[in-house]
Amino acid sequence: MSDFLNTLLYGIYPYIALSVLVVGSIIRYDREPYSWRSGSSQLLRRKQLMWGSVLFHLGVLMIFLGHFVGLLTPIAVWDFLGVTHQAKQTLAVVAGGVAGTAAIVGATLLVHRRLFDARVRTQSSNSDRLIIILLWCQLFLGLSTIPVSIAHIDGHEMVKFMSWAQGIFTFDPAAASHVADVPLVFKLHLFLGLTILLLFPFTRLVHMLSAPVRYIWRPGYQVVRQRGDGSRANRVAAE
Amino acid sequence: MKIRAQIGMVLNLDKCIGCHTCSVTCKNVWTNREGVEYAWFNNVETKPGIGYPKDWENQKRWNGGWVRKKNGKIEPKMGPKWRVLAKIFANPDLPEIDDYYEPFDYDYGHLQAAPESRTMPTARPRSKLTGERMEKIEWGPNWEEILGGEFAKRSRDANFEGVEKEIYGQFENTFMMYLPRLCEHCLNPTCVAACPSGAIYKREDDGIVLIDQEKCRGWRMCISGCPYKKIYYNWNSGKSEKCIFCYPRIEAGQPTVCSETCVGRIRYLGVMLYDADRIAEAASTTNEKDLYEEQLKLFLDPNDPKIIAQARRDGVPEAWLEAAKHSPVYKMAMEWKVAFPLHPEYRTMPMVWYIPPLSPLQAAAQAGKLGMDGEIPDVRSLRIPVRYLANLLTAGKEEPVISALERMLAMRRYMRAKTIDGMIDEVVAARVGMTGAMIEEMYRIMAIANYEDRFVIPTTHREVSEDAYDVRGSCGFSFGNGCSGGTSETDIFGAKRKKLVQTPTDIFKEQV
Repeated sequence: MSDFLNTLLYGIYPYIALSVLVVGSIIRYDREPYSWRSGSSQLLRRKQLMWGSVLFHLGVLMIFLGHFVGLLTPIAVWDFLGVTHQAKQTLAVVAGGVAGTAAIVGATLLVHRRLFDARVRTQSSNSDRLIIILLWCQLFLGLSTIPVSIAHIDGHEMVKFMSWAQGIFTFDPAAASHVADVPLVFKLHLFLGLTILLLFPFTRLVHMLSAPVRYIWRPGYQVVRQRGDGSRANRVAAE
Repeated sequence: MKIRAQIGMVLNLDKCIGCHTCSVTCKNVWTNREGVEYAWFNNVETKPGIGYPKDWENQKRWNGGWVRKKNGKIEPKMGPKWRVLAKIFANPDLPEIDDYYEPFDYDYGHLQAAPESRTMPTARPRSKLTGERMEKIEWGPNWEEILGGEFAKRSRDANFEGVEKEIYGQFENTFMMYLPRLCEHCLNPTCVAACPSGAIYKREDDGIVLIDQEKCRGWRMCISGCPYKKIYYNWNSGKSEKCIFCYPRIEAGQPTVCSETCVGRIRYLGVMLYDADRIAEAASTTNEKDLYEEQLKLFLDPNDPKIIAQARRDGVPEAWLEAAKHSPVYKMAMEWKVAFPLHPEYRTMPMVWYIPPLSPLQAAAQAGKLGMDGEIPDVRSLRIPVRYLANLLTAGKEEPVISALERMLAMRRYMRAKTIDGMIDEVVAARVGMTGAMIEEMYRIMAIANYEDRFVIPTTHREVSEDAYDVRGSCGFSFGNGCSGGTSETDIFGAKRKKLVQTPTDIFKEQV
């Protein structure tokens, strides 16, 4: 791949995708709160969702955590902790493999349900269909990298991605050069991942920003809104 | 003590004729939209029957309401908070649309557009979900109307618990009642407790429970939490919706649409004062059969000067204190004890109460199955309706239901003696622990039921709850999206979006 294309896709495109992700999400949250929801179709069809959704979500959450910690923790920290690149690469392959398999099994069930169940298909928007297919492809690409990673179990390929990701977040102009010579499957995985970030604010994926973990420590059970609560004075709840 | 006020409702089932006017007017006003066709904020069920949605009273299946733990505290039957959150990806306690019914419409257009044929054209049903032809309608919002269907199916009604099957079989032809249902606007709502987003709330000033459409994320835990299954998931918007107790009307001092349009005049609206600090304690009562009485203890006497003084300190407006004194709900629930909460064993402390019907008793009396206890027909001799009504209204405790039925029979006896024989029969009144004056008041409210006696609703003091200057030029009642409806009429290139399902209304709109 030419340097130009490499810099465009892995040096500039990440900033475009991340900017759209952040700014787009903020605008949607502010302007269209009524559209901000998980978009569950469980009411319409329970079949395939019970297994599909649980496997998919648990798998994806593990993968997300793995990518976040694995890519963005500075290499110095791993060295300080005494974790060798080989150990980290092994962990990534094993944990990622298990979680990725769970997620793609779940995603397969969800894709099948979304495309072939009449009720769900008719009530799906184009973005619903697009995003679950893109996620399935991304999981497939992610799992396809495992054989390549096993061939480089010493972890030097992985270090390239860590340098790239950390370079993007530290505004390193040479970030893209770290991934210039990685195998194509990784490049596709990166590109599709960035595209999903770009599409994030326009799809139902925004629901993950509202993950209701605060519920666990919400005091008591009841919620009472008081007369003249100034913070919401001019808002009228619809129904 | 923290005194709050709520507009409560009482439905006099003795006068309900099952005409569904309440359901239809409610639907026309609030849920005549895509995504909530199946949502009946108000519906009328024929009992005995499994109800709408199917089997809603079976909490072993749906896990709605609260349970008392060993340590004496209560938690949603769905489980503690972590357990509720664990159901977020796929909720095993959620009904499917088929437990309600697949929403459908008819091909009315075919009646006008059909070519000449030997037979009359028909309007056949079409699914509103898939747009496809439905060969057979399997279920609907009122499938058991007037005991429709086999008794074997209807007898799965959870209220038959403790009644022997052979015995209630005999009463198949004599025992029937209507049960109009809406959101109970509970003092201890499980939907609020189960909502992970904190989008559902109870309004302090009038007790109405609402879902904030901006904050709802569609996690759908409220649907499982509510044991009455009175929260509906809008499959189009992905948000939950529920009965709003017609709050725009209540705020203006008008009755809800269902109450206003009730042709039988069975609905009553009035202020109840209650002690908000004691709700948790009352809801955690050890024996569920005591929950009805425990809820009565929460209600405060609006004529007691000490209560009035405390209510003023807690910010209850003067008009509300005055309305509380004339509240028909208070009279029926507290003074005459003829109204009861629906399924108090769910520990939700519901605020829509019911006067049990006499009709099953009268049907039995006409069939010669009911003995006489002196002047009054012997309610106790007819065990099944009493047990059934007690399972429905007092967690199985029969005494309060018997007392209420006897008081209502005494009222009839007393008024018959007065108007036909021209005599005041204080003995009948005394037998049921009342006086002639009380019975005449009861007669005025329950039988005559004038508009101003049924609906005693003080207006909301909006001037203290919001700054009117801020809401000038606003969009009024929208879906919480400001002036945006949340759906776009055009796609991103400005072209008109194609609708997948065309309704007769759409066609009508295009023609106009």
